[in-house]
Amino acid sequence: MADDSTIEGRGPVTTLATPIRLDFDFTPGIAQSVFLRGLARGRFMGQRCPKCGKVYVPSRGSCPTDGVPTTEDVELANVGTVTTYCVVNVPFAGQSIEIPYICAQVLLDGANLSFMGLIQEIPTDEIRMGMRVEAVWVDEADLTPSLASVKYFRPSGEPDADYESYKEYL
Amino acid sequence: MAEHEALHASHVLEYPYSRSVGPVIGAFLTGLREGRLTGVRGAGGSVIVPPTEYDPTTGEDTGELVEVGPGGVVETWAWVEQPLPKQPLDHPFAWALIRLDGADTALLHVVDAGDPGSIATGDRVTVRFRPEADRVGSMADIEAFVPEGSA
Repeated sequence: MADDSTIEGRGPVTTLATPIRLDFDFTPGIAQSVFLRGLARGRFMGQRCPKCGKVYVPSRGSCPTDGVPTTEDVELANVGTVTTYCVVNVPFAGQSIEIPYICAQVLLDGANLSFMGLIQEIPTDEIRMGMRVEAVWVDEADLTPSLASVKYFRPSGEPDADYESYKEYL
Repeated sequence: MAEHEALHASHVLEYPYSRSVGPVIGAFLTGLREGRLTGVRGAGGSVIVPPTEYDPTTGEDTGELVEVGPGGVVETWAWVEQPLPKQPLDHPFAWALIRLDGADTALLHVVDAGDPGSIATGDRVTVRFRPEADRVGSMADIEAFVPEGSA
């Protein structure tokens, strides 16, 4: 039997590597760059609509209701309210977190838009709507302009928020 | 001000596909790795290069493998003055349909002709393989075709 070091020893070709690769130069735009730079400082940055006064985080640079640019940057609190959540029990390809885990929509104090966050440091059967949570950040040296700077949210210990305070954000 | 400038980052999207090539294309690629060009006999005795499992006109199974080349004729060509980063050569070249000696169909590959005045339809070209140690069983095992007599 010929060894693998000679062409004849390699056996017939049965497969062909055909990688498809796309190289992007990605820009998140000016408004989301404000948000991302905030993450690199360990802060949540949003933007306020000059017409309706709503604060979007992350901001896309304009108010979807009024169609006007959101030019005023607003720093938001590190705490917020779970408006709704999902306990993930199903494994899937590329999963990076050990199941079961909680994926929740978090409405930061001062914001009028919730965003998705991982909830940790709580048994999955204790998560509930209205739970108050706080962001846990990576070590200061590891902060980057990316959502990876937020490790997760955990219960803040405050009493649950009143349903009326977040019912518009479900 | 810097706070209101857009960030940029490189972002790579890549799918590492690996295809099964089957017995006929597999034989063709194995041939390339060994420095040979292979076609297959189709219905009516025509020789198809690169080989296919089925005759493109009748759909019948193709037959025996046939060695072709290493020379051939340029059937048509297009000059690339400014190659893109992932194209086969980093200097100007021609894409060409090349009908190899013994074949009835043409193969699409590169002609390393130097300048567009040095290639014409009907010209004879010959294959230039990569060094044996670099060949893996791929179309890129053929580095290029070159004008006959220049190799």
